[in-house]
Amino acid sequence: MTKKVFKTGLISALALAASMGMAQAKSDIVVAMQLEPPHLDPTSAAAGAIDSVLYSNVFEGLTRFGSDGSVNPGLAASWEISEDGTVYTFHLNEGVKFHDGSAMDAEDVKFSLDRARAEDSANAQKALFKGITDVTVVDPMTVKVTLDGPNGNFLFNMAWGDAVIVAPESIENIKTNPVGTGAFKFTNWVQGDKIDLEKNADYWGTPAKLDKVTFKFISDPTAAFAAVMAEDVNAFVGFPAPENLPQFEADARFQVLVGSTEGETILSTNNKMPPFDNVKVREAVAHAIDRQAIIDGAMFGYGTPIGTHFAPHNPDYVDLTGMSAYDPDLSKKLLAEAGFPDGFKTTLKLPPPSYARRGGEIIAAQLRAVGIETEISNLEWAQWLEQVFRGKDFGLTIVSHTEPFDIGIYARPDYYFQYDNPAFQQLMTDLNATTDPAKRSEILKEAQTMIAKDYVNGYLFELAFPTVANAKIKGLWKDAPTQATDLTAVYWED
Amino acid sequence: MRARNLWIGGLLSAVFVVAALVSLIWVPYDVTALDIANKIKGPSGAHWLGTDHFGRDILSMIMVGARTSIAVALVAVGIGMGIGVPLGLAAAARKGSLLDELIMRGNDLVFAFPSLLIAIMITAVFGASALNAIIAIGIFNIPVFARLTRSGALSLWTRDYVMAARVSGKGAARISVEHILPNVLNLLTVQGTIQFSLGILAEAGLSYVGLGAQPPIPSWGRMLADSQTMISFAPHMALFPGLAILLTVLGLNLMGDGLRDLLDPKLRRARA
Repeated sequence: MTKKVFKTGLISALALAASMGMAQAKSDIVVAMQLEPPHLDPTSAAAGAIDSVLYSNVFEGLTRFGSDGSVNPGLAASWEISEDGTVYTFHLNEGVKFHDGSAMDAEDVKFSLDRARAEDSANAQKALFKGITDVTVVDPMTVKVTLDGPNGNFLFNMAWGDAVIVAPESIENIKTNPVGTGAFKFTNWVQGDKIDLEKNADYWGTPAKLDKVTFKFISDPTAAFAAVMAEDVNAFVGFPAPENLPQFEADARFQVLVGSTEGETILSTNNKMPPFDNVKVREAVAHAIDRQAIIDGAMFGYGTPIGTHFAPHNPDYVDLTGMSAYDPDLSKKLLAEAGFPDGFKTTLKLPPPSYARRGGEIIAAQLRAVGIETEISNLEWAQWLEQVFRGKDFGLTIVSHTEPFDIGIYARPDYYFQYDNPAFQQLMTDLNATTDPAKRSEILKEAQTMIAKDYVNGYLFELAFPTVANAKIKGLWKDAPTQATDLTAVYWED
Repeated sequence: MRARNLWIGGLLSAVFVVAALVSLIWVPYDVTALDIANKIKGPSGAHWLGTDHFGRDILSMIMVGARTSIAVALVAVGIGMGIGVPLGLAAAARKGSLLDELIMRGNDLVFAFPSLLIAIMITAVFGASALNAIIAIGIFNIPVFARLTRSGALSLWTRDYVMAARVSGKGAARISVEHILPNVLNLLTVQGTIQFSLGILAEAGLSYVGLGAQPPIPSWGRMLADSQTMISFAPHMALFPGLAILLTVLGLNLMGDGLRDLLDPKLRRARA
């Protein structure tokens, strides 16, 4: 009797196992990330978390970023640029529909661009649209954009998450119910927990391979580790604890992708606050810092040293780390020359990420070695934005600037680190007016060298972008050329 | 039995007090010097309790951390006693008066808030530092001592010798100091020990969430917080500061129990 029951049980278990083996590959995925978006409108907030969920998945722009940072055609199938570089004529893809069923046409493009560049626009990156003087609808599939001068960056600008195309019909509720043209459509948002997307069956381009996507938000590094280990989530993009990566690498269940980002991690320095208004003092700080110790100690080896505010994987990057090589003796000498033979005291304000908190402790120890005493205060992001970013009440801070190609911030004297150099501002004006690639490259290299020579900030390292995922998931972006988790090509291997 | 509690508790507490005192003049390694090349090493001859994620010696950090914890808890208890005891004496001396009501209802008000929550609020508003942690923990010690003193003093005010003192013309303030206070000291010592252990726990809790002593000053709570993501491959980083907190608090509580048995007149009489 007992034996028989056992036998039947065994047979059904075998049958079950067999049927599972034959089943289709999984078509849903749970992707975790650290930060939850404050709302769901990428065109009216600086929060990168919005783009991390929606960019390319739900919303698309005229152009789009590829996984390598290249600018590819998006909703615009092709374009012509006038001789003088001021008129762009975009030809839109046929048959593009918003998720609510309405057609995407030139009127929507005009609406989106006019909305973003309007006087009262809430767009966080209004500079992207600054040169646009006119947007004209030629016919439903053609739109003409006129600029006030040639802008070599215009197609790049149009690929940003802040420049995605939205519809006037759905704009009112976009913050809670985003309606885009992407391969996935938004279904549900449980605040504080997750956002659900599902496959857009009417997608105009290559359809997504997944049927259902769930984004989970796990801010605590310990909880993140537990969630991945227990396989509660299938992938974690931007994994917050680099110290745990070797464990995942050693585990056959997981794959670890360590990609590059556009995140220049810098020891941001208040250039207007004495004694940092003295370039000698800033140079002394730069030579007091041992980058490798910070990368090893704070990031467990993940990160690339940088000597200027530019991504090392960019073809125009110049390696200037030698200009600020670790040399505490030189640092002490410079401090003495600047009139601080016994050093001085300053503040070091640290936002929450571990690169800042841990990096801050290491930098404080390194600065102490040359006589600079720092008073560390750990701040939450809201406090950091208020005190440091808006209030400019800081001596030093550590932060990663994750926007792509953002050297232009050095041309803004009112930006929080307050670097005011007319020569650099002229350089950026020249850059924007230049379309010739060789000339642009030359200007960019000069710009990098200029800020490195002025020791505007302490340049530490390029943030690494670790993704931990189930070993069977294919098609994830390794690098993070922009804030995005593009899942349109992701699938499960059988 | 009772003496054993006192001895074990006293010994455990003494170990950490001695460690804290020794750290004033000598520690095995400088706790502000980082040694990244030697990070996350397990216990060894060179580093008895291993090193942390910056290569700092954990034994040295626990010793200096003991100093932080003990200093914070001691000053906090001092604040609580320094303000709470006079308030309690005054309330008892003027029992039923407006002053009594004012003091005791004020105490109830402070008591009504969850103490750690308010401590978090205070440090969030005035900035995170060891000093603000001391003030926050100190404020919550005030009602504890005020109530204890008042209840102890009330029963004493009916005694004959107090009556005699009143008849001889002594004022309420003088009686409180000369006759009441010495007789509630036993109670206060016991409560002080307990509050001291709670203060250490509160300090560890506040620095765990980043609101206590700021780096580079080592503190047990922050050592625990730092070790959190590394617990799976470097358990020693969490184990030793955790044990330090556990043993100190346990020691102080045992000592408090032992002291109560020894000093509480009621229990002493029961024994006799």
